[in-house]
Amino acid sequence: MELDIKRLADIRGVSGQEQDVRAYCRDLVSGHADEIFSDTIGNLYAYRRGTQDGPVVMIAAHMDEVGFLVRGVDKEGMVHFANVGGIVPAQLPAKVVRIGPSAVPGVIGTKAVHLQQPDERTKPFDPKNLVIDIGAKSKEEALKLVKLGDQITWDVEFGPFGNGLWKGRALDDRVGCGVLAEVIRSGDYACPVYGVFTVQEEIGLRGARIAANRIMPQIGIALEGTVCADIPGVETHGQVTRVGRGPAVSFMDGGTIHHPALRRLIVAVAEREGIPYQWREATGGANDAAAMSLAGAGAMACAVSVPCRYIHSPVAVCSESDFRGAVRLVRALVESIGRGELKV
Amino acid sequence: MKELIRNFTQAYGPAGHETQVCEVIRQAVAGYCDRTSTDALGNLIAFRAGTGEAGGGKRHRVMLAGHMDEIGVVVTHIDEHGFLRFTNVGGVSPHVLLGQRVEFGNGRVGSIGTERVDEIKDLKHDKMFIDVGAKSRSEAEEWVSVGDVATYQRGLVEMGTRLSSKAMDDRIGCVIIAETLRRLKSCPHDVYAVFTTQEEVGLRGARVSAYGIDPTFGIAFDVTGMNDTPNLKNILNMKLGGGASIKAKDASVVVPPKVRDLMVRTARENDIPYQLEVLPSGGTDTGAILLTRAGVPAGCISVPTRYIHTPVETIETSDVEACVQLATKLLEGPLEL
Repeated sequence: MELDIKRLADIRGVSGQEQDVRAYCRDLVSGHADEIFSDTIGNLYAYRRGTQDGPVVMIAAHMDEVGFLVRGVDKEGMVHFANVGGIVPAQLPAKVVRIGPSAVPGVIGTKAVHLQQPDERTKPFDPKNLVIDIGAKSKEEALKLVKLGDQITWDVEFGPFGNGLWKGRALDDRVGCGVLAEVIRSGDYACPVYGVFTVQEEIGLRGARIAANRIMPQIGIALEGTVCADIPGVETHGQVTRVGRGPAVSFMDGGTIHHPALRRLIVAVAEREGIPYQWREATGGANDAAAMSLAGAGAMACAVSVPCRYIHSPVAVCSESDFRGAVRLVRALVESIGRGELKV
Repeated sequence: MKELIRNFTQAYGPAGHETQVCEVIRQAVAGYCDRTSTDALGNLIAFRAGTGEAGGGKRHRVMLAGHMDEIGVVVTHIDEHGFLRFTNVGGVSPHVLLGQRVEFGNGRVGSIGTERVDEIKDLKHDKMFIDVGAKSRSEAEEWVSVGDVATYQRGLVEMGTRLSSKAMDDRIGCVIIAETLRRLKSCPHDVYAVFTTQEEVGLRGARVSAYGIDPTFGIAFDVTGMNDTPNLKNILNMKLGGGASIKAKDASVVVPPKVRDLMVRTARENDIPYQLEVLPSGGTDTGAILLTRAGVPAGCISVPTRYIHTPVETIETSDVEACVQLATKLLEGPLEL
């Protein structure tokens, strides 16, 4: 089965409700790994034994996305919701969403501009006052359509756009899942490799922490869809990454100082293979690399990302060439580690 | 000890990039331990086997921790004119950076400059830059790369009985451990002296090294605040020259009272000057060690330090001496709680 990036990006999987993403990822790696299994919290592991004992490499990409879940239903039939992961209130009003397993459509409505007071027009809405309209007239009618705890995602479909770009909802981190699937499905790795599709990254790296403590890797590689602000109004030194300039390599973020020797190897591999790369020019945020580096007695960790504009909003934009570059770079990196080319 | 303090504080070693300072420390302690090793996060572990049981007591696996990383700034972007944009690694204030020189691991030095800001409170890292003397991006890229880290450039000076330098936090803790290893005569316990990494960004080195060592007792050595500069208006108990500071609490840990009491008792019995410490903000490796696996009794001996996280961190040598004496007496005893 070939990777269908549209399908991967469109599956709905808010943190804690990754089951449908997991099923598709399992299909993607099925037949390409020596063992495939999952754990209590819901991580999916694809293990390739390799031909030597070490170093054990764990590659993590998170299946979950930011979104919301149903917190309650009021007597008018409106759905009240809670954030899952980092979403700013300004992203909320006037959005179409999908709720629960049967993807019930809903609208986060707001007062029309005609009715707003002058100060309401300039301030973001207080999320406490926002509700989702699912067309129900009563609590009973609403509860036939949705249940408490149902996941809520923005109603946005993946699609190609512009010149070689992709737009879609959950590119953070389905692009990482796609890279991981391709890396597991190809390559010639002498070292043992655990590809782990993790859960609950967006609410605190929870899945990766459990997976890393199970595997106790010597080397951890996080695959991400990362911030990118190559847009008007942002000074060059604040753009972090640029779409189309290749996969982004991290040197430090809020959870990890990426291992200097591993970084040097990534750069050497990229230059040898002729793969364009860029630095992730910021130190904020954190990803599964932090969980891997701090598991047990510690691991050397790094992160390779596909730059994605507008993440944690209804729609993100990335480049297919950056995605393909990330696949090539990570594959070549793990092959290189297997050949013993990582010099500490 | 002064030469040790000079060598340790002047070595380069920001968080995550401790290999240079690690080598300086390794050479200093190699003669006073059985073996040294490093782990995945770069922690330097010096092991010294114990002589056996202490007066019928337990032979502990004692972890000593002093962090060898220092704060710094990391290059995030190099512009077309060769200026380096940066952000902080650990607690580096933009105001303290104004007018400073910083030094990279390869010895390259830069001056800190800033864009025009109308009010000093608007001074933020993203308004500032490092000028390494490059005239273009390509020239700058010959010397430094995005991701390279620089530290304050500032030598050590003697001021009476006090010493002032960059990176007293926490090379002074590393000195105390090194000097303790040198002076230790008969120690019943197995000692794992760990010069930890990445403390300044979240006690990371201590966390993983403690997991690997699985100690039965932990002692961290770090700097702490003080109350004896003008108009400080804090409620701290510690002052320079007041002796070894025995921690009761900081933001990462409440030291188990039995550990604290053992330290106080040991100081009293041996006439070692000490003072008790509660530090409301700031954490130490103590917290990471305490929470390792099923939990480890852990305490901390600190050196009151002025101007922490500036290039002129200042300590009193008699406090350092008191810390070494206290650590030595503790390790030579049964460590009975």
